[in-house]
Amino acid sequence: MTEATFDPKDFEPIVHTRQVQSISRPSLSYWQDAWIRLKANTRALVSLYIVIGLMAFTILGPIVWSIDPSLQDLDQISIPPGADREATLVQSYIPWDGTTLLEVSPGLRLAEPATTQSVRLLWDPIDGLSGYRIFRNLFPVGPERALGLPLAENFSSRDVAFEDRLDLRPGRYYYSVLGVNESGDESGYLETLVVNVARVITFDEALSRGLIDETADLKEGDTLTLGLHPLGTDYLGRDLLARLMSGARVSLFIGICAPFLFVAFGVIYGSAAGFVGGRFDQGMMRFADFVVALPFLLFMILFKIVFGIGPGESGIAPMLLAMVILLWPATARLVRGQILQIRQEAYISASQLLGAKTNYLVLRHMIPNTMGVILVTLTFAVPSAIFTEAFLSFIGMGVAPPTPSWGSMCNEGIKTMLTHPHELIFPALLISITVLAFNLLGDGLRDALDARMRSTE
Amino acid sequence: MLRYSLKRLVQGVITVWFIATATFIAMHSVPGNPLANEKAVTAEIRANLEAKYGLDKPPFEQYLIYMGNLARGDFGISFTQQNREVNDIIREHFPVSATLGILAIVFAGLGGVLWGALTALYRNRLPDIVIMFLVILGISVPSFVVAAISQLSIVNLNALFDMSLLPVAGWGTIWHMLVPSLVLGLGTMAYLTRLMRSSMLEIVNADFVRTAKSKGLPATRIFTNHQLRNAILPVITVLGPSIAAITTGGFVVEFVFAIPGLGRYFVQAVQQLDYTVIMGTTVFYGAFLVFMVIVVDLLYGLVDPRVRLE
Amino acid sequence: MNPVTDTSGTAVAQDSFSKSAGRQLLIYALMSIAGVGLLMVALSWASSLTGASAGSQVAVDPKLNMITLTLAEEPPQLNSTLQTDTVSGMVIGHLMEGLLRYDHNNDLAPGVARRWENTGTTATFWLRKDALWSDGVPVTAHDFVFAWRTVVDPANASEYAFILFPVQNAEEINNGDMPLEALGVTAIDDYTLKVQLARPTAYFDKLMAFSTYYPIREDFYNQTNGRYGADADELLYNGPFVLSRWVHGANLRMEKNLNYWDADRIRLDVIEFPYITSDQNALVNLFTDKKIAYTTLGAESLETALEKRWHLNRFMDGSVFYIEFNFRSHRLTHNYHLRKAMQLAIDPAELVYKVTKIPGYLPAESIFPVWLRGVDNFFREEYPAPKVTVDIEAAKRHLAIAKRELGITEIPPLVLLTGDNPISNIQSEYYQGAFKKHLGIDIKIDKQIFKQRLAKMTSGEFDMVLAGWGPDYDDPLTFGDLFASWNLNNRGRYNNPELDRQVHIAQTEIDPRTRMEAFAEIQRIIIEDVVVLLSYERGVVYVTDPRLKGVVRRQAGADPDFTNAYIVDIAN
Repeated sequence: MTEATFDPKDFEPIVHTRQVQSISRPSLSYWQDAWIRLKANTRALVSLYIVIGLMAFTILGPIVWSIDPSLQDLDQISIPPGADREATLVQSYIPWDGTTLLEVSPGLRLAEPATTQSVRLLWDPIDGLSGYRIFRNLFPVGPERALGLPLAENFSSRDVAFEDRLDLRPGRYYYSVLGVNESGDESGYLETLVVNVARVITFDEALSRGLIDETADLKEGDTLTLGLHPLGTDYLGRDLLARLMSGARVSLFIGICAPFLFVAFGVIYGSAAGFVGGRFDQGMMRFADFVVALPFLLFMILFKIVFGIGPGESGIAPMLLAMVILLWPATARLVRGQILQIRQEAYISASQLLGAKTNYLVLRHMIPNTMGVILVTLTFAVPSAIFTEAFLSFIGMGVAPPTPSWGSMCNEGIKTMLTHPHELIFPALLISITVLAFNLLGDGLRDALDARMRSTE
Repeated sequence: MLRYSLKRLVQGVITVWFIATATFIAMHSVPGNPLANEKAVTAEIRANLEAKYGLDKPPFEQYLIYMGNLARGDFGISFTQQNREVNDIIREHFPVSATLGILAIVFAGLGGVLWGALTALYRNRLPDIVIMFLVILGISVPSFVVAAISQLSIVNLNALFDMSLLPVAGWGTIWHMLVPSLVLGLGTMAYLTRLMRSSMLEIVNADFVRTAKSKGLPATRIFTNHQLRNAILPVITVLGPSIAAITTGGFVVEFVFAIPGLGRYFVQAVQQLDYTVIMGTTVFYGAFLVFMVIVVDLLYGLVDPRVRLE
Repeated sequence: MNPVTDTSGTAVAQDSFSKSAGRQLLIYALMSIAGVGLLMVALSWASSLTGASAGSQVAVDPKLNMITLTLAEEPPQLNSTLQTDTVSGMVIGHLMEGLLRYDHNNDLAPGVARRWENTGTTATFWLRKDALWSDGVPVTAHDFVFAWRTVVDPANASEYAFILFPVQNAEEINNGDMPLEALGVTAIDDYTLKVQLARPTAYFDKLMAFSTYYPIREDFYNQTNGRYGADADELLYNGPFVLSRWVHGANLRMEKNLNYWDADRIRLDVIEFPYITSDQNALVNLFTDKKIAYTTLGAESLETALEKRWHLNRFMDGSVFYIEFNFRSHRLTHNYHLRKAMQLAIDPAELVYKVTKIPGYLPAESIFPVWLRGVDNFFREEYPAPKVTVDIEAAKRHLAIAKRELGITEIPPLVLLTGDNPISNIQSEYYQGAFKKHLGIDIKIDKQIFKQRLAKMTSGEFDMVLAGWGPDYDDPLTFGDLFASWNLNNRGRYNNPELDRQVHIAQTEIDPRTRMEAFAEIQRIIIEDVVVLLSYERGVVYVTDPRLKGVVRRQAGADPDFTNAYIVDIAN
């Protein structure tokens, strides 16, 4: 046994405190709780980051990549990502008189070095023919005599020169000249020439693109590097990355703004109906039923032509308006249902007994308690709005040119999906990623915000 | 039940009237003239054409005439095909769209349930991962891209086997229906698969399933009677709204596969500002959807005893 | 019990459960497939009741002497008096025949008329006696009188009535000022048709091949109750083929007309049109799959075509495309120097070689396309158009003058009205870029659907409009009178008395040289006064099945023409 020792401190009275039962966990608001749950859901979280990333791509992208999306680079039409960009400087185009400075050799030959500006061909006249047909192929002619693109027809046996300027790209071409006899049929005369075309750019073009400046000491034949297009270009040589960013502004704007507007309208409409109730509610909901019954896509198209697109307008506003007019009733019904339910709750009656005003009830209890449902609706509405825009673009009722949107870019890209797949893949990929991200985020939000709608995973 | 049906029917008729009025107003506020054409015509001819379509009368009178004709089921004469009635056009083209739609819904419904059940059974194993990947594609890729790529795949497939396995486009035989309706139903199928999967997973460990298992019931019976049957209910609920989405969503597929459906016709009519065809098609589709919803609601009341119709 | 064994026990149970459940699922899947199969059979049976069955499955069938083709769109109707679009024109051209026709060399040849004479004021046609309708009744001069009266009848509201205006009193009747019987056409007897001309018309015989001039038999027409041409059985045929099936929006089938007077010339027995589509991907896919014997190719499909080693053909369809200016006085484009500046800044070659990218397109140098015939040779070789060369410096000088004249320091954005087809999109975007780059002028693109664009063109709500013109008949006048002040198709209201005077000469003179000189003047005025900004003459690239020969393409008239086509059976 040890002896107890005391010191005077022990005899001081205890300070009187009101001991409250301690809580093991800090109190969480509804939103904090939801946020924790969302954070635990990896898929939703990744989706959230993707959505934030898309926003950054849309808003900050053009600052980083400041190329004008409508600037046409006609020297680089429909080039894939990572194409060669070397070009030789040449003089501006001068019409050709059919003569040559090169050494004369018999048969089909080049009059001048072949460039992307022009390919000038000469051959020897064959007597007894009534003319020649000139063809161009990207592949060897081969035994099946696939001569390729019919470029032109000369209607005289003396007319033995041809200049090709059609969509020339750097690379190898197979030119053929086919003789035509008096009766208009193919004669036995056929000659083929393999031509390697070099990429060139004129001084004027280079100047106007800012590739060289006035003072630069460059002469004909010098090489320079053309403008960079990291994701390639489209059918008018416009930078695809810049267009995707600018298209994002349209597609995401419609995708996010339209749901926001019609959900907002639906909330106001639905809460008004639900709160006032009675005959007023009945009437309002019957009207909502009517609007729901309108066939959506048909009316979407109809409204598009009713509102029309004026000169120079992009057509985004009419599309938004049409969506708002047609899509609000679903939210209105949902919110009304929620409000009717909440009105029955005991805490509302308690609040009313304590003298709460209507405004207070709506703002403090009703709206916050429906917020979860509204947010989930909003998130799920984004993908369908983006799809609607893409669909309208597909049938030619989308935004007006030159405004790009992902949907219209997809529609353009689908035509050339075999030859220039990059024009389809990039916009389609962005649509898919966006739609998927919003869907998964919506799932996550639903799980996090609404215990009743939680799905099992 | 009868009273309820009647009430719904009356509501339906009023809704159709609303749709018709909305279409009429929309149509008559469109700028442009449906009678304008590439070749300019004289005033006399213009007046004759306007008289033929009643466009010379004041709008309200036109409205009354239109509603009168509508009540008799007459949609009028097409503007672009000046000697054909809109009724004929609908009668010829709607069955095609409907066939496509029905098949797409069947594909979507059956596919959704089967895939969903399969993925739930093999959760996190290979079938689940593969199918969910396809589902993600189905949900996130725009339908016109899917349609174009599947058409290209058919061509390549035919070329590979050097024979005509599947038609590339057109309409008429069973084989013409297969791919377009699959493409049309794909989005809905993906959505239903997801729904079915989560609904199955919820039920896998439900009390009544465990009870059934501990009672020693055969696995096939538990699976069919306890799991599938209950998991299917939420799928059936969303099937109704999906019908609307699929029937009017046929445009894309009809375009890509050159199918003579009403959707494609509608878009062409819009480009030609063919008033009567646009109004006829819209009102017809609207009425069709309204009554489909009523039918689905009534059927649902019969299927699920928990739903009481009042 | 040990919890570890417990878990493994359920895992085993779970596994066997999922196995048998999976088997069950497989059974359901097989049942569903069977059910869907049955459903599809039922549905296809039901749809066969409506007659929407597709025809052939092969591009060329040498045994049946049959080819398969596509139509770009459904013909609105096949009533020759109401036809306006090229697709119906093509179909009607195979089903009907006028007094004259174009042969495989695109020369004018006898049709229902075996001989004709045009004195300038009257034209007489002697009809062949063996020309029959498809029901065996002879085609007579009365059928032409009836058809032509129907065309100019204001109650019929034919948009192509103007093409009959060379006939005496046609215009007055069409305006409702005279009775139908006053039309200057009479059947002297069953086989002689006499036409009084309103004015000397040198090109009148060429008009006889145009579908609006085709015959219609009165008793049959009346019996259809206003549905003439609405269905295959509401038409009577006198051409190389008859329409044996027409499922609207879905497919058509033409069969050789055994009653056609020149049936020996027709070598195909059946032409099927089981697809109605203009979607480029679908067309290329169908051709690749050997389902159709002919298709046109867009710029986007050319590389694919080269890869597949197809034998490509090229053809210029005869139409000219340009930008029309608005000359109404409140529009800036009223100013000559502004228009001149734009003309000097734009190089149509760049548009054709870099943007449209189709061989066969030609940079337009005149409103008269290269294929039109002059006195002895091609018109454009006899009367070359004044050359316009790009000169940005000169363009800027004109722009400065324009600004001074208009009293403005900056040209406000100009409205460019355009249609909603893909080619117009690309073009308008190109022009927008080019004007901005060279002149600093902003262009507002106003893209409208067909009918709304027409409404805006008529009311003058544009500064510039993308337009084009296809020939109605084989004479320069079809282009030459476009900008006459009275022409309703002159949407920009260009008004120049000198041009009007030349058009009048071309319309009324008979001597070819005088007429051609008038056209040369018109050509000069249009270029020098910058009435339009020329873009291109349109071309097409098309591919036919190697076994199909004898397809004829032409600028004016039914195109493409398969009446002379035949199948060669290449031994494999």
